[in-house]
Amino acid sequence: MKGSSPTPLLKVNNIEVIYDHVILVLKGVSLEVPEGGIVALLGANGAGKSTTLKAISNLLRVERGEVTKGTIEFAGERIERKDAAAVVQRGVVQVMEGRRVFEHLTVEENLLTGAYSRRDGRSVKQDLDRVYSYFPKLAARRSIKAGYVSGGEQQMLAIGRGFMARPRLMLLDEPSMGLAPMLVREIFDIVARLNREEKVAILLAEQNAAGALRLVQYGYVMESGRVVLDGEASKLRDNEDVKEFYLGLTGVGQRKSYRDVKHYRRRKRWLS
Amino acid sequence: MSGDLLFGVELAVSGLLVGVMYSLVALGFVLIFKSSGIFNFAQGAMTLFAALALVGFLPRLGMGVSILAVLAVMVALAFAVERVVLRPLVARPPLALFMATIGLGFFLEGLAQAIWGTQPKGLDIGIPDTPYVVGGLLLSRLDLAGAAAAGVLVLGLIVFFQKTTLGLGLRAVSDDHEAALSVGIPLGRAWAVTWAIAGVVAVVAGVLWGSRLGVQFSLSLVALKALPVLIIGGIESIPGAILAGLIVGAAERLAGGFIDPLVGGGVKDFSPYLLAMIFLIFRPYGLFGREIIERV
Ligand SMILES: Nc1ncnc2c1ncn2[C@@H]1O[C@H](COP(=O)(O)OP(=O)(O)O)[C@@H](O)[C@H]1O
Ligand SMILES: [Mg+2]
Repeated sequence: MKGSSPTPLLKVNNIEVIYDHVILVLKGVSLEVPEGGIVALLGANGAGKSTTLKAISNLLRVERGEVTKGTIEFAGERIERKDAAAVVQRGVVQVMEGRRVFEHLTVEENLLTGAYSRRDGRSVKQDLDRVYSYFPKLAARRSIKAGYVSGGEQQMLAIGRGFMARPRLMLLDEPSMGLAPMLVREIFDIVARLNREEKVAILLAEQNAAGALRLVQYGYVMESGRVVLDGEASKLRDNEDVKEFYLGLTGVGQRKSYRDVKHYRRRKRWLS
Repeated sequence: MSGDLLFGVELAVSGLLVGVMYSLVALGFVLIFKSSGIFNFAQGAMTLFAALALVGFLPRLGMGVSILAVLAVMVALAFAVERVVLRPLVARPPLALFMATIGLGFFLEGLAQAIWGTQPKGLDIGIPDTPYVVGGLLLSRLDLAGAAAAGVLVLGLIVFFQKTTLGLGLRAVSDDHEAALSVGIPLGRAWAVTWAIAGVVAVVAGVLWGSRLGVQFSLSLVALKALPVLIIGGIESIPGAILAGLIVGAAERLAGGFIDPLVGGGVKDFSPYLLAMIFLIFRPYGLFGREIIERV
């Protein structure tokens, strides 16, 4: 977030990510998340949102990706060379796209895996109860194998599992994907509560810009591996480009005046 | 009991006892396949390596210390494999890893024979091969001891996987290793621990089979016996490996006792593969092949 607190919790500084030594996917991405803040990372499919999150959590290595330029600082410490488990221990947890629950483990076992890196057994039990109070649906299904619960419940489980690590920052990758609007609202509400009540900072990657911009304070818009726009959520909601391409509010063909020539050019870049 | 029936029961029981040892070899494959999705071609070589190391240590260290030393060697080997083979090949196609384990197998066989020689050696674990007589049945003490050791090991593994945090972490890794990494389970260490457990299984299998067959190169072929067990039990199932081992052991002995005399022999040796083929046709995932969970 530009011009906010002097040291943000997370500071991604001009990173470049290459997969398989040759595929350049991120071409200089910078973003910030303040302590306790809630920030969106918007963009169409393939824009590079997941890659950005995986660069932060360092899940890139198992996909043969690598941060080749730039830095990532978390709470003042450089983390771009730390392995994934070390990043979790420092307080950053990613909730991966597509839910990725452990299907053959029960709901409760899934939650307990979230606490794997913690050594404070007593509060693990308390946090389990806390997750169940945020997600009462999970409490009822605690001894069922996670592969058999509904998609919405799996998404809740994935978020709850991440919370069990007691992170200071959660990276949520498209939690709304494939869910009915009512469920999306329910899940977004709980994310907002986790942010407010548990003081967990959130970086939310979403294609669903309308939903995300209602939730966050600040947003970044990505396109083919770059941040092309950023600003306060209210500003982004009013931005013509965002409206047209992500919120579906303005119809094409209403273009007028010279200002729109620039707009047009920008749109072409976005679509390329 | 009639003579035939008694004979049959005796064959079946001794078959079950041998079967436990087949289960043991199969278990090594299952553990590694579950955790890292690799068919570990080197499992047989690990068994040979463990047995040769034990025979090598025995004259100087005595049985107790030798077994501890071999366990330590196998654990060290597991961590080395993770570092040298698995880590550089992460996210490579499974075939690359499979081929790496073929290389590892040859390497271990060569290394073991370079250090401890190629002469077949006997391994005496101090259990006489005289039979017990239980209710008219003759049961080999060696078989009983082997079955007991294997049973204890399997129980220990079940408790470990179901009741400990590390076991939970390993089960998570076997479900989805990237998701496991995302919640902070150190993947490299999880793989190393799994290979170490497979190494411990190889030690037990090496001792039991070595004391029965002698310690020699062909010991690594015992792994071939595990193939039908894996097909019948399902390559991802621990209970499957155990049950299928029992089935294969009993089927082999019964075929040897009843069918071989009629046809002039040979059925005993291929009966496990015949059984496996029947399973491939009718139940390709095996008895307990992992359920593929699909929601609609
Ligand atoms: N493991 C990978 N290897 C090579 N290219 C990849 C890999 N993962 C993603 N990409 C490419 O990186 C680009 C960005 O993908 P991604 O970060 O998943 O975007 P998003 O999450 O915004 O949909 C896409 O063009 C995709 O094809
Ligand atoms: Mg994505």
